[in-house]
Amino acid sequence: MKTTNNYFLNDLSVMVGRSMRHTFRSLDTIITVTIMPLALMLIFVYVLGGAIQSGSDNYVNYLLPGVLIIAIANGIGYVSYRLFMDKQRGIFERFHSMPIARSAALWGHVLTSLVSNMISLVVIILVALIMGFRSDASIVSWLAVFGILIFFTLALTWIAVIPGLSAKSVDGAAVIAYPIHLLPLISSAFVPTETMPGPVRAFAENQPVTSIVETVRSLLSNQPVGNEIWIALAWCIGIMLVAYFFAMGVYRKRM
Amino acid sequence: MLQNDIAISVEGLKKSYKSVAVLKGVDFEVKTGSIFALLGSNGAGKTTIVKILSTLLKQDSGNALVNGFDIVLNSDSVRQSISLTGQFAAVDEILTGKENLIMIAKLRHLSKPVEIAENLLIRFGISDAADRRVSAYSGGMRRRLDIAMSLVGDPQIVFLDEPTTGLDPEVRIEFWKVIKELSSNGTTVFLTTQYLDEAEHLADRIAILHEGRIVVSGTFLGLKKLFPKSKVEYIEKQPTLEEIFLAIINKKGED
Ligand SMILES: Nc1ncnc2c1ncn2[C@@H]1O[C@H](COP(=O)(O)OP(=O)(O)OP(=O)(O)O)[C@@H](O)[C@H]1O
Ligand SMILES: [Mg+2]
Repeated sequence: MKTTNNYFLNDLSVMVGRSMRHTFRSLDTIITVTIMPLALMLIFVYVLGGAIQSGSDNYVNYLLPGVLIIAIANGIGYVSYRLFMDKQRGIFERFHSMPIARSAALWGHVLTSLVSNMISLVVIILVALIMGFRSDASIVSWLAVFGILIFFTLALTWIAVIPGLSAKSVDGAAVIAYPIHLLPLISSAFVPTETMPGPVRAFAENQPVTSIVETVRSLLSNQPVGNEIWIALAWCIGIMLVAYFFAMGVYRKRM
Repeated sequence: MLQNDIAISVEGLKKSYKSVAVLKGVDFEVKTGSIFALLGSNGAGKTTIVKILSTLLKQDSGNALVNGFDIVLNSDSVRQSISLTGQFAAVDEILTGKENLIMIAKLRHLSKPVEIAENLLIRFGISDAADRRVSAYSGGMRRRLDIAMSLVGDPQIVFLDEPTTGLDPEVRIEFWKVIKELSSNGTTVFLTTQYLDEAEHLADRIAILHEGRIVVSGTFLGLKKLFPKSKVEYIEKQPTLEEIFLAIINKKGED
């Protein structure tokens, strides 16, 4: 007899197909994940761009990494939301009483978050190209950029799983999104950290988003990345692992 | 083996939530192909029993076999044999009715998921709404879809937790037909209900759960005999299940 583990990939693809439909069918998800960051980019470039001294002649180039990070940060609130709704509506119970690989229900949400975020990143990069973004980065650099952004997405996604599974209300589930939204704003994503007052600057320079933004920026502009890339990776993978184990603990206990 | 005769056997089942003992030693057996109704007032522990038997929740002590498989040691095989319709409709609001059914068929690894979905839509009278999103369904349609989803793949044992709560009388009677049909095709039906007339109409055997134990079980006729003959009135009055239920519960309350 086949065990349920043999079906993991089949079950996972059904789960991903399901929540991708959720993503594409809810207008507000698309707006938050893609249109909002795009609007932000337009405002920064065409409204504030003239006033901001970024120290580089192409402000779109300077801005793009931060916009990508914002897009990811905006999207993960939906992971919490969808998990919470599945839990509350008894969808998890239905799945868990069926002969399927148990963790497929959870991984479906995680992979959907990854796939939908990558799609919105590609859309944002295409629009940036129209707005004047240019890069002579090599394929390897682009791969490194996407590698880091994938790890960053997974790290935030696993963080978002925790309130999604444990919250008592929808608002509670979504609360994690707020501090994460702020992180890119207190970083070098939009303005150089040198302009910030002491303590803010100290925070900005030592929080994960800055090292990720700096790494992506260097990679895209063909500058040496130095140690920054390892700091960025260490942050992403470190957060991802801690959040993963914590989230799995919650999943086993509550589900 | 007994497996062929007895679909569910439960022995000494105990379960507490924190310090509150909900099940204090529950025993019963369900014959294959029969309809078994578990009756109990709000908070008696009906849902708790259903969740334990459908492997969603672990008992503190006691044993249960479902389709001959131990619910803890062999939960995979149990899940192969059963389906669960929870107390609240567990349907995907964003998918259409048909997509919901196809999803379940794929998760049950059946060939021809579309055909299976279409047949069930017809059988449950929701084929007109097949391609509409479930969020636009009425409560009754949702519940019909919910039960249709549970019948995908013809599971041998069907758990229905208060399946007709919130349905109008007409739909309820329709359901009773569906349930009778299932059982005449050899499916074992385990249902919980608060409607005594439902148990009376449907069930081959009725068990009453009160204060953590099965206080009586038997056929409706058997239960009637437990009830003291009604005093001579001008017209001899048959006790309804309701009267039996209240009499038993009151008697337990006194001693
Ligand atoms: N997760 C939980 N944590 C703590 N107590 C719980 C939990 N689930 C159920 N209970 C309690 O256990 C008791 C039995 O609950 P259960 O849901 O099994 O009853 P029920 O017979 O299905 O009731 P109803 O007819 O209202 O559906 C109730 O007193 C309930 O408050
Ligand atoms: Mg209940």
